[in-house]
Amino acid sequence: MSSPRLEFISGIKAQLPILIGVIPFGMIYGVLASDAGLSIGVAQSMSFIIFAGSSQIVATQLFGASVNGLVIILTLSVINLRHMLYSASISPNLKPLRPLWKWSLAYLLTDEAYALTITRYQEGEQPTESRTDNRHWFFLLTDEAYALTITPDQEGEPSTENTKDNRHWFFLGTGLALWLTWQLSTAAGIFLGVIIPDNWPLDFTIALTFIALLVPMLRDRAGLAAALVAGVLAVLTLNVPLKLGLVIATLAGIIAGVLVETKS
Amino acid sequence: MNVWLIIIVTGIITYAIRLSFIFLFEHKDIPPTLQRWLKYVPPAVFAAIIFPEIFVRDGSVDGSPGNPRLVAGLIAALVAWRTKNVLLTILTGMAALLILQAILNQF
Repeated sequence: MSSPRLEFISGIKAQLPILIGVIPFGMIYGVLASDAGLSIGVAQSMSFIIFAGSSQIVATQLFGASVNGLVIILTLSVINLRHMLYSASISPNLKPLRPLWKWSLAYLLTDEAYALTITRYQEGEQPTESRTDNRHWFFLLTDEAYALTITPDQEGEPSTENTKDNRHWFFLGTGLALWLTWQLSTAAGIFLGVIIPDNWPLDFTIALTFIALLVPMLRDRAGLAAALVAGVLAVLTLNVPLKLGLVIATLAGIIAGVLVETKS
Repeated sequence: MNVWLIIIVTGIITYAIRLSFIFLFEHKDIPPTLQRWLKYVPPAVFAAIIFPEIFVRDGSVDGSPGNPRLVAGLIAALVAWRTKNVLLTILTGMAALLILQAILNQF
């Protein structure tokens, strides 16, 4: 168990490496939105109201091509359909929470926040700090960060706050870190253009992050089957429009996992 | 259709998608069969995001050792398996990609 504050900070920390890839992605969106002739208000509001990177980028293309409004709404909604799987997957963990928590966390349920939070829930309730080697965070260890991180451990007797499952605070921390970065990086793209040279392969950090989260998760044959089937199908369905290949591949992977589990 | 209307409606639909099952299971129990299926969402969706990123190069499938993202991805997977450290995995994978790209550019 760990305190809300410790979980919240862990959530932010877990998100930091991913942000290396999110920042250029957000800036690219901002530039594309300006190029498509969207006003500053419209472009930035999309980050706020829709808050979903790949559908926002597709939106700039559709607005630029003057596609029918209903078609735009339908296209963007289908691209975001994969979030329904995340909603189902995370729902058992959020069940004990009050409605305000659920309704707020749902807004923050992006690919990256889902990936980190579901990994946190699978780790169990003990604090991540005590189990993992955190020496690599020393470069961020300012006085303030040290004070915030160390205090909960020195509070002595655990209060009731600290004995509850507080992992929804991890979700909030990780989701807000991504949200704030997305707002700022899309704004930077809108107002300043892209500052990062495009031959820097920073987009690769997104794939690397998911590799880092996936590999330790593959502990049995069923999970391995789910990953392999989904991965291969995602490559084969890459040309299916609206990112539907991702949904098809994931569903096939789930079926493969369940089949292997049933057999063994 | 007005741009603002399109964005607001899309935003509401996107939020409704994200809230869907969290809301649905607010008072109802999640069927055990569904729970069993949902266990495989993370490995399936993570792999579905990773594979196209490393196996597809310039729009076509490239499973050869000459594909730098594939090799860098495999090195990263090895680091992830041995260390379970997210930052170390990302740094090693990124360093591997930069080195491989630099080598490829020599030829």
